[in-house]
Formats: sequence, structure tokens, C-alpha cells
Amino acid sequence: MSALLKTVNLERTFGAVTAATDINVELNTGEVVGVIGSNGAGKTTFINMVTGYIQPSSGDILVRGKSIIGKSPRDVSLAGVGRSFQVPQLFQELTVLENMLIAFGFSVDRKLSFLKPLRSKEKVEKAHAVLREYEIEQYAEEVVSTLPQGVRKLLDIAMAMLAEPGLMLLDEPTSGVAIEDKFLLMDTVMAAVRKSDAATMFVEHDMEVVLRYADRVLAFYDGRVLADGPTQTVLSDAKVQELVVGHHLDLSENEASTSKESAHVRT
Amino acid sequence: MKTRSLALLFVFGLVVIAGGLLLPQWMSYLFTIAMGKGLVVLGLVLLMRAGLVSFGQGLYYCVGAYVAGMLTQFVGVTDILVIMLASVAVSVAIAAIIGLLLCRYREIFFAMFSMAFSMILYGLLVRNQFLGSTDGFNVANPSLLGWTPGAEASSDLVLIVAVFLVIVLGAVAWRYLKSLSGYAGEAVRENEIRLEYLGGSVFRVVYVKYIIAAGLAAIGGTITALVSGHVDPEMAYWTTSGEFVFIALMGGTAHVAAPIVAAVLFEALRTYAFAVSPYTWQMILGFALLAIILFMPSGLWSLVERFQNKKARKTS
Repeated sequence: MSALLKTVNLERTFGAVTAATDINVELNTGEVVGVIGSNGAGKTTFINMVTGYIQPSSGDILVRGKSIIGKSPRDVSLAGVGRSFQVPQLFQELTVLENMLIAFGFSVDRKLSFLKPLRSKEKVEKAHAVLREYEIEQYAEEVVSTLPQGVRKLLDIAMAMLAEPGLMLLDEPTSGVAIEDKFLLMDTVMAAVRKSDAATMFVEHDMEVVLRYADRVLAFYDGRVLADGPTQTVLSDAKVQELVVGHHLDLSENEASTSKESAHVRT
Repeated sequence: MKTRSLALLFVFGLVVIAGGLLLPQWMSYLFTIAMGKGLVVLGLVLLMRAGLVSFGQGLYYCVGAYVAGMLTQFVGVTDILVIMLASVAVSVAIAAIIGLLLCRYREIFFAMFSMAFSMILYGLLVRNQFLGSTDGFNVANPSLLGWTPGAEASSDLVLIVAVFLVIVLGAVAWRYLKSLSGYAGEAVRENEIRLEYLGGSVFRVVYVKYIIAAGLAAIGGTITALVSGHVDPEMAYWTTSGEFVFIALMGGTAHVAAPIVAAVLFEALRTYAFAVSPYTWQMILGFALLAIILFMPSGLWSLVERFQNKKARKTS
């Protein structure tokens, strides 16, 4: 059986600058992978290539064995790859509910209806149910541009998840979110992701978040994959600690603290 | 739309038709022209809600008018329904081809390209002796299902058909704006990337709107040609398209009724500006637009919204 996602010798250059090179990654259903690396390491370039936002200079990207090279973001999305953005991409001047209803229309119904009202009772109820799942139902009638970043991030992810993608890519889901809200946000997101059984890849700078939610880590450095393996193994690697994390990471202490927090949040 | 609202709309239509017929000839003529222009602007508003300003709606306005003129003068078809259908069909066919190119562009490029196509038509018509060159040609009086009214009654017939179309197409457009396709326009304006990642085709959304706008512009042009009894290349000239943008800005994009109301006010304003100051009437229009942009940037319809909000606050 072919992997859900497989990249073969993926490379992307911008003029003389090589943003990503020699990227060979495989991802299977149900995996939760953290992508780490300093700024400019190639993480977002990798996500952008996999989601069709930019095309690789060479190499191949296979989703369930089929190449998605040359496909538009729309086609990649229809092939079962969803994504959220570092800066949430929403319909800013519409309400949260309207954003969700539009997402339902395009991702679930997939029919550009001309006279059928978007705000039917049934659809509004469904939209509220999703907002409830992501714990943002109280903002349903608020205009998106007036909302805090954390709510926008959740809405961005909730909209992307509606299509039930087999692979979900989250670009820095906790950036711009207050420290005290990071775990709450990730708990909500990961609960929804696990329920859908989608493979998930999230770009993250906060090692505590990575340690807590990722089963596997891809460490990027200078446009290459420096390490790929189980979270504990990769994060305890001396090279990763020196070049990516930037400091010594006491995993035993972190593990203890995160499991304590985890227990606290879940109770 | 609820049955009660439909009934009210029907009664409103009857009242408008009755009022229009009772008006002096020159006023009912202007009113009919305003209905035609209102429909063109309604199409323009659909595009503007998607963030696209077309400076080339004159193209389809002119195509609609010329199809009407050619059918009555050269083919002998005078039935208003057949003429309407033919005008819309020709315009939609042209829009389906031009739209393939145009709908890939945004902002100033969309505006300029749309204007370029209308100016191409203008150039072709000006050089065409058979179609009367810059003078254009006359359009015969229309008939309806075998009934041929006299010269005066034919303008009444066009008025009735125009009001009927405004009511019906306005109601359909209102319903359309509440649908996914309607909301998709705002989604395109707000964030094309998100729409694509949701699996929606931005091109398709824009293309459909462009074609609808072309159809509405053709109907507007046909109404104008039939009521005025004349067509000329000026209908495709960029100032005509600019006039439609003027009316759209005047009314705002918040409601389907806004372009119709604005078109009536525009015709009234222009007529009185011309009567008051025959050589500088454009200046009066300019000041009027300036005042609207400064004090009501969302158009005249924002007055209605303000009133509604005030009423809602009082009720709560």
C-alpha cells in the first residue's frame, strides 16, 4: 500500500538561494508529525510545496501514490490535503458563522448553488456544531476581523478540516497565541484531528508543544531534513539540539512537566 | 422569499407601472431609461461585491441595444420577448468568450481590460457604414405576442416590460446574493487563497458573475434601444460605462434595490442639472458624486441601513 504522502528528492530554489533540497519524507494515516527548524530552514517552503501553493523546482510529491506536481491549491485540496496558515486566511469582513457556511458550501456540498439560501436552518445547526467542537461557538455572529488571534486560528483550522482531509498541514498553529492559551488551542485542534484519523503535520517553534503532541519529528536545517524520527529521539539528538533547538533540552524534565499539564488540562 | 413579500413586491410593481403610465411622457421615458440602466448597474454591483469594477459594461449594453435594433430593422422581428432573449443570448455568448481571458485579472487590470473590449466594439461600430457609423440607426417599435401598439403605446409597453423585468430580476438577484454563489463573491473579494483551499474555483465564481452581469447589461441596452427608438456607438463608449460605475457608487452595493433607486435618482439629477446649467451640468454631477463619496462612502443605501439600525436599537 502506498504512503499517504511521499516526497521524492524535493527541491525548491529561488534564484541562487536553495530554500529546500533533498527532501524525502513519508507519512502515513494517523501519524502526528511536528516540523521544527529555525527561520529560513525550509519548513514553510516544504508545506507550501506539498499544498500546491508553490511548485518544487525538482522532485516529486505523491499523495496516495499519485503525483500532485503542477496541481493548483484547489486540486491539491480536492486530493485530500488540507492546510491552515501561519496568518489565518479567512473572510475577514464576514462573521464566523458566514465563514463556516461558505466553507460548508465549498468543502462539503461542493455545489455552487445559485438560488438555494446559504443560511438554511439545517446548515446553520451543522455550522454551530463544528464551532462548538472547536469551542468558538460564542463568536458565531462576530465579524472575523474583530476577533483575537487564537479564535481566528481555530476557525482557520476548523474550516480546513471540514473537507475531512486525509492529510492536514498546520503552519505554526500556535504563533501569535498567548502562552497560556497554546495548550488549550492545541488540545482542541488535536482532539478534532484525532477524531478524523487524518495524518497531521504541524510546524512549530515551541518545543514543549512539539514534545506534547507529536509522535514523530522532522527537523529542518538549511533547507534539508536534518533528522526524522520519534519525537524523543530527534529532540535528544545533539546536532538537533545545537542547530535547531539552539539550547540543551532536558527531555526528562519536559516530559514530566508536560504530562503534568496534560493531566491538568484533561481533568 | 416569503409569499407575503412576493405579494407586496407584486403590488409594488403594479403601483410603479401605474405611476409610470400616469407620468408625463418625458418623465416616463426617463423612468424607463433608468430601469434599463438600473439593470446594467445591478450586474455591475454583482461584480463589485466580488471586488471587481468593470469599466466595460457599455460593451454588453451596446450589444443588447444593437441586437434589438438589427432585429427590428433588418430582420423584421419586433416581438419584445424574442428581442430580449436574442440580446441576452448574443451578449452571454460574447461574455463567455471574453470572460475566459478577463476573469483571470483583478483590480485595475480587470477594469482596463473590460474597458478595452468595449472600446474595440465602439471602434468597430464607428467604422461600420452599414450600421450607421457614428450616427447609429433607428429602432422600430416593438410588439408583444402579436399585438402591435401605436407609437405612444409602444413606449408604455417597454415601460411595463422594464418594470416587470426589474421586479423579477431584482427578486432573483436578491435570492442569488443569499446563496453560496452570492456569498462566494464576497469570499473572492476577501480571500481568494482560502476559497481555493476550500476546494472552490475562484475563476468559476468570477466567470459566472461576469456572464450574469453581461446578460443584465444586454437587457438594459435592449430596454434603452426600444424606448428611445435609436442606437449609436456612444453606448459602447467608455463614458457610458463610467456612468454605470457612477450610479453603482451612488447607490452602493448593499442591496439589489440600491442600483435601481440610484439609476432613477441619477437620471433625475442629470435632467435637472442640464436644465439648470446646460454648459456645466457635468460639474453638478461631479459635486454630487463627491458629496456621496465623502459623506456616504457606502452609497445612498447606507441611509436605509442607518435607519434600519436605528429602528432595531429602539426596538431592543
